[in-house]
Amino acid sequence: MRQEQIIMGTPVIIEINDKEARQEFFDEVFDYFKYVDEKFSTYKDTSEITAINKKEIAKDTMSDDMKKVFELSEQTKKLTGGYFDIVTPDGSYDPSGLVKGWSIFNASEILKNHGVKNFTVEAGGDIQTSGKNENGNVWCIGIQNPFSQKKEIIKKIYVSDEGIATSGNYVRGNHIYNPKDKNDIIEDISSLTVIGPNIFEADRFATSAYAMGKEGIYFIEKLDGFEAYMIDKNGIATMTTNFNNYTKQ
Amino acid sequence: MKKIILSSLLIFSFGAYILHVRILSSNAPIALTQKNTKPKIDLSIPKYDQIVTNPIAQIIKPTPTPPPPVINTGKYKNGTYTGDSVDASYGNVQVKVVISGGKIADVQFLDHPRGGNSTRINNYAMPYLISEAIALQDSNVDTVSGASYTSEAYRQSLTSALAQA
Repeated sequence: MRQEQIIMGTPVIIEINDKEARQEFFDEVFDYFKYVDEKFSTYKDTSEITAINKKEIAKDTMSDDMKKVFELSEQTKKLTGGYFDIVTPDGSYDPSGLVKGWSIFNASEILKNHGVKNFTVEAGGDIQTSGKNENGNVWCIGIQNPFSQKKEIIKKIYVSDEGIATSGNYVRGNHIYNPKDKNDIIEDISSLTVIGPNIFEADRFATSAYAMGKEGIYFIEKLDGFEAYMIDKNGIATMTTNFNNYTKQ
Repeated sequence: MKKIILSSLLIFSFGAYILHVRILSSNAPIALTQKNTKPKIDLSIPKYDQIVTNPIAQIIKPTPTPPPPVINTGKYKNGTYTGDSVDASYGNVQVKVVISGGKIADVQFLDHPRGGNSTRINNYAMPYLISEAIALQDSNVDTVSGASYTSEAYRQSLTSALAQA
């Protein structure tokens, strides 16, 4: 069973293949994403992050979830040598580079806590997989052709319990910049897809590695438990050493 | 900028190296693709699994198998084909496609605005990573990761090269 809603300005898709799947599970997960959107959307005047940016809320009185996201952002900044930073060029906070993966991860935990084993949760092209698809096979995820507006697949990967995140300058404009040089617009790399142990990890390192430009693939190469597929602006893909382990069914 | 040029040259020179190896050893699989151990370099950071608060699933990866020999099962004729030089907004893009086993084995750039052969490559610190030209596949998948924008020049040149193959 597959359901979709537009939340956080992007399609959120939940597929559950367990026989025990109930509508409440879908509703609970969609409600969770709506809660995250209300709290973390920098586009909403009523969100907590907007209040923080307007200095209406002091950092020490932030909600627990906001504190957690700030803490994880700071940790990610350290792990990536500063290539991940929620402080934007204009000095405000924008944690959306972390919140999407974090919220997909938490949504997946909601399903697991209900005993659901075979599912995918995805938002805006970032995906957490668990178990098997409806045919009882491992999940087959297509990597989108970054040079096309249509659904075009340029690589298929086979995963069971992993997170898959793709970063790129597409659809929503240049939404990733290099935090170390805020005038540097990343244009050499068209997209970078990262497979990791879960979507939180895959997403934050995909975002960070993308900001590193052509060096990003080497950063992922060094991370144990992660593989990546980077497509440059000329349509040449470079993959980490064991990426091809995921391309066989 | 310098790093980008170095990285580009590294990737392109690697492509040329693959081509060279193929010419020398005809249908033999490329030795590098058989490497299935990934040397990990310690990051100068706390150990990954000690600082992450989320539970991390253990990944059991399938045992890699050696690549099969190249058989001409693809839709293109083996050979090397040169595409049109197409004006991209930042300069001209012209590609040469190498078809092996009926499939795209390599795409080389003959005319590229970021070219530059005066820089020496010092690539000893970088691991060799495999590169390939992206190629469309069927869309029979459970779901899709990513999104898109268009690089028309690349597509035009590649299309004209493949039209000859």
